[in-house]
Amino acid sequence: MQAADRRVEKKTKHEPWRDPHADAYVRIENVTKRFGDFVAVNNVSLKIYKGEIFCLLGGSGCGKSTLLRMLAGFEAPTSGSIFIDGQDMAAVPPYERPVNMMFQSYALFPHMTVEKNIAFGLEQEKGLSRNDIATRVTDILEIVKLGQFAARRPHQLSGGQRQRVALARALVKRPKLLLLDEPLGALDKKLREATQFELINIQDQLGVTFMVVTHDQEEAMTLASRIGVMNRGEIVQIGTPTEIYEFPMTKFVADFIGSVNMFEGQLIEDLPDRARIKSDELGGVIYIDHGISSAPGAMVWAAVRPEKINILRQPPADTSENCVKGVVKEIAYMGDVSIYLVKIETGKTIRVTLPNVERLSDDERILWDETVWLTWHGSSPVVVTQ
Amino acid sequence: MKPVGARTVGTREQLGRLGPLWMFFFRYGPPRWSEYVLQNWSGQRLVIAIPYLWLLIFFLIPFLIVLKISFAEFLPLGRPPYAPVFQWVEEGAVQIKLWVTSFAFLMSEPLYVSSYVYSLKIALVSTIFCLLLGYPMAYAIARSSPTMRNLFLMLVILPFWTSFLLRVYAWIGLLKNDGVINNVLQFLGIIEEPLVMMNTSFAVYIGIVYSYLPFMILPLYSNLEKHDLTLLEAAQDLGAGPIKSFLRVTLPLSFPGIMAGSLLVFIPVVGEYVIPSLLGSKDETMIATLLWTEFYNNRNWPNASAVAIAMLLVLVVPIMIFQHFQNKELEAGRR
Repeated sequence: MQAADRRVEKKTKHEPWRDPHADAYVRIENVTKRFGDFVAVNNVSLKIYKGEIFCLLGGSGCGKSTLLRMLAGFEAPTSGSIFIDGQDMAAVPPYERPVNMMFQSYALFPHMTVEKNIAFGLEQEKGLSRNDIATRVTDILEIVKLGQFAARRPHQLSGGQRQRVALARALVKRPKLLLLDEPLGALDKKLREATQFELINIQDQLGVTFMVVTHDQEEAMTLASRIGVMNRGEIVQIGTPTEIYEFPMTKFVADFIGSVNMFEGQLIEDLPDRARIKSDELGGVIYIDHGISSAPGAMVWAAVRPEKINILRQPPADTSENCVKGVVKEIAYMGDVSIYLVKIETGKTIRVTLPNVERLSDDERILWDETVWLTWHGSSPVVVTQ
Repeated sequence: MKPVGARTVGTREQLGRLGPLWMFFFRYGPPRWSEYVLQNWSGQRLVIAIPYLWLLIFFLIPFLIVLKISFAEFLPLGRPPYAPVFQWVEEGAVQIKLWVTSFAFLMSEPLYVSSYVYSLKIALVSTIFCLLLGYPMAYAIARSSPTMRNLFLMLVILPFWTSFLLRVYAWIGLLKNDGVINNVLQFLGIIEEPLVMMNTSFAVYIGIVYSYLPFMILPLYSNLEKHDLTLLEAAQDLGAGPIKSFLRVTLPLSFPGIMAGSLLVFIPVVGEYVIPSLLGSKDETMIATLLWTEFYNNRNWPNASAVAIAMLLVLVVPIMIFQHFQNKELEAGRR
């Protein structure tokens, strides 16, 4: 009964983008930004809803930071418009926007203490008394757990502490929209993970809308309510982390998020409940347990995630579909999982990850140069056409 | 590195007939000091020691001599015109006679006091004007494109290619009663009578600000050029308009530059001799002019030395204050 309740709760979670009548808090409409001949952002349209953590994910130079800077007002779009809370931002200078940004370099004022850095933004607001400012600074220092560092200067803080000061400085203004440029970029792995969850907690607590720019897919996956994947100035796919990971729409997205084994092949059967792809790259047939609704005979790509592939030491009963024989060429032990690189007869190398559930002795373990069979379920492959 | 004892000069064949003799001297001769220095001093120490040695010989020792003379008794007809301070009176006894008359004279004579005040006033006001003119220039140069930046910097340094003296002389041609400025203004009918600009404090200010402006611009530029512009973006993002951002971020961060530039203008201007003597009035003298008169016209070396020492004392205090602030700012500004 309890489990069922929890499922109901999950189902009704905050997903305003599924509601066609919901009002977007930020609307980016056909925004293009050119620097000379270079098109940094190409005709991007995007809606972000209140209370979301929206991640723009992409490689360096894909235009994600430019888009963020246009929201903050540091760059003006060459064409298109940006609306925040229904207001056109075209003529609004950065210092009058209801937006605050956490800079990648943190951009803390080196000549001010932590306290002064955080108070700076409040001092610019009209109608705030000294007492109000002091209270709000103390409160936010409490939230980011920096109370005892209030009198320090930025150069006396560690990277993680500076990051929290930068966050506090932006949050203390109580912005409706907080922009974060690679917020965790400069932190080490342990600290990143801790901070990621801290960010989500703070976001929950204060109800701010976050827009995060990152090149790190792991960061995007943990933080985001939705991810927008960018490539060459365009948004190629928008979706929840699960959608992006499990149902990438293009080869680029499948490849960019996590690792993937990609097989090119010809669609030989396409029915509503099943499809088959004949792949020369694989040297066999890939069976998919749902329809593709694509032109028959079309060249498509089937993407199979490494963790969705099984390794067998004996051939399975049916080797005609979703099965390939190969030789283990490389094993990388990562602690929680092991990565196997298996070379199949066509010469292609397939990547497989298996969780290290049990401690295995040497003769139970799969070893180098062992012949194995790789199989996967019909629901595992994702077919992309471009 | 090889130890000092083990030296090789070459083989017997290479050294020829006198080889054995050579080798004897080489091995057992006096230790070579250069080798000692190379082995025991690091290059860093040597590099620091040479200019210090220079300063010791050509600045500290002369300064001590001047200090000594300032306490000597003035002998108008003497050659040199002062009595010795240290004197052997008898076997094993040195007599030291310190006369404080020169310093007492400086204090009591209003001419000296007013000259000091005048010099400090000229230096302070010129420094402020240099700052007011130089800051916007340095700021504009630091924010211009890299190619334009080099051009502007070259233009700032360009006056140094001509003699300083010539450039000050040129101002006489501009400022005098029948000079260029007065002629143009009279020709345009703006003034009837020529403006008296020569031999006034105004001319001194013009000359000093003109001559010392580059010394203000260059340190300011090198400070402003290093500023992280994302700090300004952050300030704007937090709600500060352009003026507020400048006042609260750029200005405080450029404080070390302001200090360095002001130091470089203020200190030499206090002792400036050429500009006030060419452009200034005869009634209001700066301290360096007075020093010159005392030394060459009155031949009163003790008085002249006391003037010099007092000028140094007047400057030491602001220098130390400035440097204290500068160090503090640099420390705090470091990230």
